[in-house]
Amino acid sequence: MELLTPSPGLIFWMLLVFGILVFFLAKFAWKPILSALKEREDSIESALRMAEETRAEMAKLKADNDRIIAEARLERDKIIREAKNASDNMLAEAREKAVTEGAKIIADAREAIQQEKTAMVAQMKKDVAAFSIEIAEKVLRKELTDKKAQESLVTNLISEAKLN
Amino acid sequence: MLRLLTNKFLLIASLSIFSLTFSFAQEGHEGHHEAKEGAAHEEEAFNIGEMIMHHISDSHEWEFSHGATLPLPVILYTKEYGLEVFSSARFKEGNNVYNGYINLHEHIHRLSPDGTIDENIHVWDFSITKNVASLILSAIILIVLMSTVAKSFNTNRGKAPKGIQSFIEPIVLFIRDEVVIPNVGPRYAKYLPYLLTLFFFVLINNLLGLLPGGANVTGNIAITMILALITFIITHINANKHYWLHLVKPEGVPVLMLPLMWVVEIAGVFMKPMSLMIRLFANITAGHIIILSLLGLIFIFKSFAVGGVVTVFTLFMNAIELLVAFLQAFIFTLLSSMYIGSAIEEHHHADHGH
Repeated sequence: MELLTPSPGLIFWMLLVFGILVFFLAKFAWKPILSALKEREDSIESALRMAEETRAEMAKLKADNDRIIAEARLERDKIIREAKNASDNMLAEAREKAVTEGAKIIADAREAIQQEKTAMVAQMKKDVAAFSIEIAEKVLRKELTDKKAQESLVTNLISEAKLN
Repeated sequence: MLRLLTNKFLLIASLSIFSLTFSFAQEGHEGHHEAKEGAAHEEEAFNIGEMIMHHISDSHEWEFSHGATLPLPVILYTKEYGLEVFSSARFKEGNNVYNGYINLHEHIHRLSPDGTIDENIHVWDFSITKNVASLILSAIILIVLMSTVAKSFNTNRGKAPKGIQSFIEPIVLFIRDEVVIPNVGPRYAKYLPYLLTLFFFVLINNLLGLLPGGANVTGNIAITMILALITFIITHINANKHYWLHLVKPEGVPVLMLPLMWVVEIAGVFMKPMSLMIRLFANITAGHIIILSLLGLIFIFKSFAVGGVVTVFTLFMNAIELLVAFLQAFIFTLLSSMYIGSAIEEHHHADHGH
């Protein structure tokens, strides 16, 4: 059958033309095209990878920031708490100190008053004695005649001069 | 679904009616012709078979239509007379005879001095026939196209594709990523240039063949034979030990069955390129025959109504042929990749299903 018998001339030309075509296209077309495609794919891939890496880095940075902020907040709270404690302590201490100081002052004052009183009583005793002597002197000087009058005078004088 | 079925039925019905009327018409025509026998037949009877064969086979001149013929160089070699080069127009002028050669149905023979065909002299015909011319044309188109694309790849380095590059690039990527890499395997780079050339060569020739006046290059058995042969040779040059071992001693086959398996395996080795060769040839040739048959109906019926219907059918067939042009280029490349891949793939496990 005509259609099924390959003709030698066509086989020859086909081998020649197709051979040249494969050689030429492989060298001048497929090589640059495939290498350019590969290059572009590589660059796209590396760009994507870099974006991914950057994203991861950003996430890490953000996490770090959050952590640092949280830490700072904790630190601040701690410092404030400590300051508050310190001031509270100081206040309490001061109050305590004031109370003890006050008590001491009161005690001292009481002691001083006591001493004063003792001194005053002693002085008074001395004065009363002197007074008594004076009265006695006056009485004696006025009259030593009326015994009764003398005694009432003494009693009056004593009651007038109230001790304490 | 129902509509589709109805459409299909209508199509089949109309086709069968056509073929019926066609055979009647043929008979009628022949009867008429017989009646006219003896009279000078100025009007040559339309022979559809001859017309189709004329269109799908090779010829020494490129006839675009009646009257518009491109003469092509005829290159002949005989041991006795040496090399002869002349234009195919000489045959036309000399009623198929020139300088002692006769062109008998596109087969060139040497005439002996008494005017009969000399069977002792074998004429080697290396003419630039219609198919060779179309082949060279397609090669030039491919080289120009691909060089342009390669150049634009260079100028657009690292940028988005532009112009014709955007058209070729997805095809190249498709062949590389969907056809070659999955089927050939990791060592695909060595075979990629051949497979890409193969795809574009088959595609462009399929498409050129669809043009009016185009040559039937990929529907020629010599062309598909060479393509299949190259794939066969590449496959077997690069085949690994496993591939050869598999031919001699397939795994898991009882010893008694081995001779039978040898026959099957060796037949398989040659069936693969044979199927490649015949598939492309038959698909393209069949497509051309269908379109030419449909068009032939117009000349048989010589009716406007038939012409209109046939035009619609031919348009439909042309659309299918366009699909087939891409499909067959794809399938040829896919199967070539699979054959190469099966010969070079590394086997790590014993069982593989066949």
